[in-house]
Amino acid sequence: MENKIDKTNNLEKKDLRYYAKIHSVESFGTVDGPGIRFVLFMQGCHLECKYCHNRDTWDINSGHYKSLDEIFNKIMNYKNYIYPRGGVTISGGEPLLQHQFIYELFTKLKKENIHTCIDTSGMVSLTEDIKKLIDITDLFLLDIKHIDDKKCKELVGKSNKLELEFAKYLSNNNKPMWIRQVLVPGFTDDKEDLLKLKDFINSLKTVERVEILPYHSVGEFKWKKLGLNYPLEGVRQADNNDVKRAKEILGIE
Amino acid sequence: MEFEQWKNFKKGDWQTEINVRDFIQRNYTPYTGDESFLSGPTEKTKKLWDEVLELYNKEHNSKGGVLDIDTKTISTITAHNAGYIDKDLEDIVGLQTDAPLKRAIMPFGGIRIVEKACEAYDKKVDDEVETIFHKYRKTHNDGVFSVYTPDIRAARSSHLITGLPDGYGRGRIIGDYRRVALYGIDALISEKQAELDVLNTDELTEEVIRSREEISDQISALKELKEMASKYGFDISVPAKNAKEAVQWLYFGYLGAIKSQDGAAMSLGRTSTFLDIYFERDLQNGVLTEEEAQEIMDHFVMKLRLVRFLRTPEYNELFSGDPVWVTESIGGMGIDGRTLVTKNSFRLLHTLENLGPAPEPNMTVLWSTRLPENFKKYTTNLSIKTSSIQYENDDLMRITLGDDYGIACCVSPMKIGKQMQFFGARANLAKTLLYAINGGRDEVSGKQITPKYAPITSEYLDYDEVMEKFNQMMDYVAKIYIKALNAIHYMHDKYCYEAIEMALHDREILRTMACGIAGLSVVADSLSAIKYAKVKVIRDETGLAVDYKVEGDFPKFGNDDNRVDQIAVDITKNFMNKLRKHQTYRNSKHTLSILTITSNVVYGKATGNTPDGRRAGEPFGPGANPLHGRDTNGALAVMNSIAKLPFDSAEDGISYTFSITPGTLGKTDNEKVDNLVNMLDGYFAQTGHHINVNVFDRSLLEDAMEHPEKYPQLTIRVSGYAVHFTKLTREQQLDVIHRTIHERI
Repeated sequence: MENKIDKTNNLEKKDLRYYAKIHSVESFGTVDGPGIRFVLFMQGCHLECKYCHNRDTWDINSGHYKSLDEIFNKIMNYKNYIYPRGGVTISGGEPLLQHQFIYELFTKLKKENIHTCIDTSGMVSLTEDIKKLIDITDLFLLDIKHIDDKKCKELVGKSNKLELEFAKYLSNNNKPMWIRQVLVPGFTDDKEDLLKLKDFINSLKTVERVEILPYHSVGEFKWKKLGLNYPLEGVRQADNNDVKRAKEILGIE
Repeated sequence: MEFEQWKNFKKGDWQTEINVRDFIQRNYTPYTGDESFLSGPTEKTKKLWDEVLELYNKEHNSKGGVLDIDTKTISTITAHNAGYIDKDLEDIVGLQTDAPLKRAIMPFGGIRIVEKACEAYDKKVDDEVETIFHKYRKTHNDGVFSVYTPDIRAARSSHLITGLPDGYGRGRIIGDYRRVALYGIDALISEKQAELDVLNTDELTEEVIRSREEISDQISALKELKEMASKYGFDISVPAKNAKEAVQWLYFGYLGAIKSQDGAAMSLGRTSTFLDIYFERDLQNGVLTEEEAQEIMDHFVMKLRLVRFLRTPEYNELFSGDPVWVTESIGGMGIDGRTLVTKNSFRLLHTLENLGPAPEPNMTVLWSTRLPENFKKYTTNLSIKTSSIQYENDDLMRITLGDDYGIACCVSPMKIGKQMQFFGARANLAKTLLYAINGGRDEVSGKQITPKYAPITSEYLDYDEVMEKFNQMMDYVAKIYIKALNAIHYMHDKYCYEAIEMALHDREILRTMACGIAGLSVVADSLSAIKYAKVKVIRDETGLAVDYKVEGDFPKFGNDDNRVDQIAVDITKNFMNKLRKHQTYRNSKHTLSILTITSNVVYGKATGNTPDGRRAGEPFGPGANPLHGRDTNGALAVMNSIAKLPFDSAEDGISYTFSITPGTLGKTDNEKVDNLVNMLDGYFAQTGHHINVNVFDRSLLEDAMEHPEKYPQLTIRVSGYAVHFTKLTREQQLDVIHRTIHERI
């Protein structure tokens, strides 16, 4: 309800362990982790991916505050579907911007034996808090933005250094991950780059799955709705052949 | 009783009394394995099915999709001669008339409807038949309209109460067709004669006289059934001696029903596990192979796919796609904890693969979280491939109905042979709400339909005031509704009694008065808008509220939001309690369904703008579904909202139609199956009652609209039944496409 929403919109005033900016929820996620996932989309992202299909999640100042209890109780309404198989996936936006909240949430979920997963770019510093969160997370969906640092900066506005370190940390700490690569024709489908990516993935010990996510322009309307130009205007969508080719290069099924 | 045909069966009470459940429980073999034992179609099956497809094609190209009508023969159990598709190929024989897909006339429900239907397909009812039914023989339809009161007529013609079975057969009665196979007709006649003795009482009261007359009719019908079977060269006076005969006997029982009644839903019951006992015995004895067993089931199902009734185009507009609701309930758990899934449950479902997808029989899986995993996987995989299966909550229904109930029509559970219902279509609750606001004037015509109540005159709607008036209006609707149903079922019993179906019931049965509601989510959202946002009324020059302007946002049904979901729950309970205040014909038990079949389109068409912002004429959500586009938290949120609706206030069923694109269900085939299994386990653990599962891409349906010839067997589930998509009207096709199809961006 409009009149019940906290309109202070001020992150500073809230205890970030118990309140978070939420964009939306999807009660029946089936592609973001194993089994049926309750997917919580967090508001706010510090990257500027040109292909972003959730452009409306970038601004940390929009979206609604939700309390930890509210979110936790909501998730528990779905326990019959997500337990014992399935679980909860935090996506976004960039979930790790609100890591304190996720830590509290996952702590409660682990008491219920619910599987926890974070869908992230991994582009954050490995602080003690982040490490604590990694500890209680069962699975990471790690979206490698670009294996080539220069191209990465062009595509998403940030160096890939942090995310590669993040991946290594997960590997060294025995944390399972699914590597994801968005396949954008002309941007991320270069053969050399894909081979480099393959080498990198091979250097990790805990990769359970590698997924190619073909770029699509379905999210274009969200940019337009915000009165913005779509940066990939005119770039074609990746098709089955693109995916097949990339998979062959990466040596995955 | 003792019969040689019962050799090798385990003994029990079923031998001294009519007790099919006892026979099943003592003799069936639960199956927890997978589908690898199944056989593909035999050459004979393929050839026969090709002939049926050719007939389908001819039928499709005939005017109105009606191949032929026998306009001369008043259909009864014995009226038509034997008919065949291709006699030498058929394992299971018997057609409604003397030729496949030729429709029969059944004027006992109403002669005018038969005449209208014939005219629509360029035929004319035979003069003699017309004379009989206009001059000498009163029909159900005549009876009802001779007693209808002005208030019922007004409520009916203004679509406040809709779809009433006052001009067509009520249906939704399931004969226990298994009894024919297990006992043979002579034993069943003896039992009925014993019942007559019980009714040889000191006082012949009206009730006793009626019962005696009905049982006499039942005995005559049983005798006719024997005669009908003999036309096909079978003597069914004795029990079936093997699996093929068991299927044939059982089908003859059902055939008798569909020759003598064209009820809105003519359901089959719960037969596959019963038949499995015969298949197992023959397999054990080495007199039958798996191929042969499957062939028998394939041929049986072909017959069920050929069932046709003569309907008017208006009827088809209401219940699109020529449905018959040959509903067969499959699986479930026994009260002793053993699963009722058998190999024959698999065989029946497997016909969807051997013959391809089809709407009939209406495959209904009774789901329990404790069903064997292999069966769960098999049936969900078939759902993904064919969109032809519906699921109903066995864990929920078993509590009150035990483990030998079946589903009639879409979602109505009843104990087989022990319970029947008086089908009551539904009241339009969305219109009721508008009448509450307008003091009983119709928002479309402006006419005063109910007695004059004080309308709401304020600029903005006040929740408490609306609720008070809505309650009054629901009181009125409940009263008129039960009055109408009492009249209808009195006359149906009198002029169009289902003698053969009732002959396959016990003497003492539970009768339910099965009411229904349409537009629940529209009402819940409207009341939510009034409560949580501001709703401004727009009136015409006569003061009639014709439109509403919603200012602000409000919680909407289908998002697992208690603020509005509780409104839907309260309305359901409340309306049910109002119905309970009225005395019913034959002291039947009041029940309620939240089910619209495909009539959500027609009811929506007849209903003006509603306070939730829905525009006049737009379809309601089907059954208990949220209005399309209102659910924004994903499929499980919708399921949670619907699962909150109380089954004990809606025992006649709560229907939910779920559609999803294949990609949204999961990535690999195995993941899709696992996710669907977990989804169903979760929904039913939440106490959801029913779900249709459709898995398709919107683009597929759009293509099928433009190129129907490419999709002759494309089947989708629209409510408690399935249809050939291409048989829907364009309006209904668009409704299906515009409904929420869960997909991931």
